[in-house]
Amino acid sequence: MIDDASPLIAALALIVRLDPAFLGIVGLSLRVTLTAVCLAALIGLPLGALLAVSRFRGRLAMIVAINALMGLPPVVVGLVFFLLLSRSGPLGGFGLLFTPSAMIIAQASLVLPIVIALTRQTIEDLWAGYREYLQSIGMGPKEAIGTLLWDARFSLATALLAGFGRATAEVGAVLIVGGNIAGVTRMMTTAIALETSKGDLALALGLGIILVGITLLVNALAFGMSRIGVRHAG
Amino acid sequence: MPDNLNPAVALSVSGLSFAISGTELIHPMDFEVKSGRRLVVLGPNGAGKSLLLRLGHGLLQPSSGQVHRNDRHLPGRRAHAMLFQTPVMLRRSVLDNVTHALAAIGVPAAQLRGRAVEALNRFGLMGLAERPARLLSGGEQQRLAIARAWALRPDLLFLDEPTAALDPSATRLIEAMLADLHAEGVTLMMSTHDLGQARRLADDILFLASGSLVEASEAERFFNDPQTAQARAFIAGDLVW
Repeated sequence: MIDDASPLIAALALIVRLDPAFLGIVGLSLRVTLTAVCLAALIGLPLGALLAVSRFRGRLAMIVAINALMGLPPVVVGLVFFLLLSRSGPLGGFGLLFTPSAMIIAQASLVLPIVIALTRQTIEDLWAGYREYLQSIGMGPKEAIGTLLWDARFSLATALLAGFGRATAEVGAVLIVGGNIAGVTRMMTTAIALETSKGDLALALGLGIILVGITLLVNALAFGMSRIGVRHAG
Repeated sequence: MPDNLNPAVALSVSGLSFAISGTELIHPMDFEVKSGRRLVVLGPNGAGKSLLLRLGHGLLQPSSGQVHRNDRHLPGRRAHAMLFQTPVMLRRSVLDNVTHALAAIGVPAAQLRGRAVEALNRFGLMGLAERPARLLSGGEQQRLAIARAWALRPDLLFLDEPTAALDPSATRLIEAMLADLHAEGVTLMMSTHDLGQARRLADDILFLASGSLVEASEAERFFNDPQTAQARAFIAGDLVW
């Protein structure tokens, strides 16, 4: 019993004493993931909204494809970006492989379909209710996008948090394009995988506790957002 | 105002029809809405009243025929506006619902709040200014929709059964607001299937049934001396299809 508990105690000690190496891994993970989600939001929110209000040939096929990409296996994304960014690949000249930038690109690619798909669904529902009114005051579909994005802000924040959750828990893509280099590209998930295989359960458990804490926090934020949305925007 | 539209006429419709997938829902019709008048489009459910208003406002394009109206939207003004049976409230405060509409028609940012406050004060809604519009009662939402439309300073206002979902007390308030708008010179084109409301509000009547214009006349004449069997049956409270 004592033997089972000791890694847990050591893990808690790592957290409590704010171990620099431990904090470095957590910090890098948050930096990479937050940047990836911001990038995905910048691209995905307007694209999702445009897809919601536009009508063109092939739109339904595009929606199906984007929905399918939400379930994209992270290791496949990692492999694709490894091939693109490797020295002999088409983007090899940028020297991004095994850097945090490569991990950001890979994670943004995983989060982007989630942001586009959830934004498209949210904005399409809102547009159905708003369309006639906005048209009656002279706003066409493209002019309405700003209004729709603003009015859906609480729901879209939840969509972004869902993307953040996916990115935080992801291991395959960042492991392949980041290389899990200590102090450079070692993230929480990749460190947990490595430390568990090495038998250093304290560090793995400590990072696991932080990861679970972040997941809980993200879910609490998503719940809070929807409550605030109803209270302040109806 | 378009050259071919007489200033005494707010809306002129000629040979207008509307079809979806080959099914004609509005059969060819001609009529005019005179400036400063209250024209009530009357008829049973499914008569085509809402479609006709949407065609008049330009939300739908006719399959054939023409709709002539003043589409010259001056800066800070909208030549015509529309109210819907279920008011569309944006997910923002009462005040922001009005400022949004004003911004959409090009009112300068510095004037947005002043004009929105003027509209809310005009219709006794200033006390609700910071409340989320979607959390207002149905009657308050429709009053806000009228205030929001009034803020756009339209010459012609289309109203699609604006009191259909309201209780008598809220209906009375809305009708009083519409009377005020009329007194200010706004032309109203409103649909209803409520005969009592048509009697209270209408200067002119368009009576529709099954997508056809059955009768068009001044309200007094329509109610006292209807010219068609369908209109007589509708006024008598019989079922008209």
